[in-house]
Amino acid sequence: MNGHLIGRDQLGTGVAVVGVAESDLGVTDQPILGLQTQAITRALDDAGLALRDVDGLATTGISRFSATQLADWLGIQPKWTDSTFAGGSAYEMYVARAAQAIRAGQAETVLVSFASNQRSARSRSLGGVVEAHTPEAQFETPYAPLYPLSYYAMAAQRYLHEFGATREHLAEIAVAAREWALLNPKAFRYGAGPLTVEDVLASPMISSPLTTADCCLVTDGGGAVVLTSSERARDLRKTPVEVLGYGERTTNTSMTAVDDLTLTGAVGSSADALARAGLSISDIDVIEVYDSFTITVALTLEALGVCGRGEALDFIQDGRIRPGGQLPLNTNGGGLSYCHPGQYGVLLLVEAVRQLRGECGPRQVAGARTALAHGTGGILSTHATVILGVDR
Amino acid sequence: MKAPSVAPADVVTVGWWDATREHRLTVQRCAECSGVQHPPRSLCIHCGRTDTLRFDTAAGTGVVDSFTVVYRSPVPDADVPYVIARVRLDEGVICLTRLENAEPDAWCIGDRVAVDWVDLDDGRALPVFVPAPR
Ligand SMILES: [Zn+2]
Repeated sequence: MNGHLIGRDQLGTGVAVVGVAESDLGVTDQPILGLQTQAITRALDDAGLALRDVDGLATTGISRFSATQLADWLGIQPKWTDSTFAGGSAYEMYVARAAQAIRAGQAETVLVSFASNQRSARSRSLGGVVEAHTPEAQFETPYAPLYPLSYYAMAAQRYLHEFGATREHLAEIAVAAREWALLNPKAFRYGAGPLTVEDVLASPMISSPLTTADCCLVTDGGGAVVLTSSERARDLRKTPVEVLGYGERTTNTSMTAVDDLTLTGAVGSSADALARAGLSISDIDVIEVYDSFTITVALTLEALGVCGRGEALDFIQDGRIRPGGQLPLNTNGGGLSYCHPGQYGVLLLVEAVRQLRGECGPRQVAGARTALAHGTGGILSTHATVILGVDR
Repeated sequence: MKAPSVAPADVVTVGWWDATREHRLTVQRCAECSGVQHPPRSLCIHCGRTDTLRFDTAAGTGVVDSFTVVYRSPVPDADVPYVIARVRLDEGVICLTRLENAEPDAWCIGDRVAVDWVDLDDGRALPVFVPAPR
């Protein structure tokens, strides 16, 4: 990767990430806004900024008027807000919209945040939330699919069938995530010991071919990301992490709209993001993708162009995505073994930024200068990619 | 499957549900561009027309695009396991459904299936799919 590609005056959006943080994770007994407060105050502290500096706010998952609710809670009256609801991909979308708002001069400092107490509050429903007036309520809910799990399970079944792969091959994704989590003291499974392929296969089947070990965790948690202009970022506390590119796709709400279950909107979103950054996927040093389920990772790696269609599971069997492997992936342990508060996308950004700053201790990817974060929402419904880089 | 409670039809979908009362599976077809779609909508997603859609009776046969055996149901009193599937009708559209009348583990992607009906308490019926007669 060529350092000059991310020179400030050439490529990039002119906007940088200057602060990141997590809230408390795991089981917290905090209300949602309490966790939001932790993530926000810690991220601002990381940046060396104060709440009075914030004039833009992007969040969801609090209430029907999420950004408004958060502004009220924080006691600020922002010039710009966004509450685009796109599940776990919303936070990568917020980075794109924040970069545009900052470039356009509508806001100077934007706070992107999310938190959930879904484990403490036991608020996650196996069937998801389906509004009675939607087509899905009439044509899908009557059959009682798990939402989102049964859709990902059908994608996995189709993938294994079409490409001649097995559950054993798929399990490597969960095994590798655990290896990374063992290096991250904040991971829910830190200290849980290694996971084996046999463990994954022997875990209770929920919606075939996916077992509980193929599914992300259900935890409390949250995160926050602070963005400002690259110019202003130079005067702040931490190494600025430049936003180099972004892209997104929206494809479906129903389980029947997408013709090919193994081909996702991540193809287009990542192609757009890389083109905007002037990079190719082989230029990326560290990749953080939403691992809602093991199959999500296989589909996303292929969509990003890391390997060809149908090749992902073969590609990773050599330990390539484990710590020390050639393709550092989900280096915090991911939604599978680190933390999964529901809309995990914000925590992909937090980890990507920390890797680029070199703050990750035993799990640090040596010399990482470019990172890709890819969020996925709903049932492979929404996809958003962000490319980040540091000039060092 | 046991008859579930199903959200009421609306003005767009009532034609589809009315056909189920006589165990007739339909797909929405556009008279302008011949495009087919499911679920029913108030515009054609192929050409955008809003005044050219009608319900055509489907052959009632198709192929399993994918499926999953559900062991932990979101519905508290459901009998598990059961099979959720995407069936690609011979008309080309995909329906979410249940696969019935075979052992859950016996299903394969690509299996030929035919429609069957679960009668609902309100006179409508819910289409499910069973192995197609050979
Ligand atoms: Zn048409």
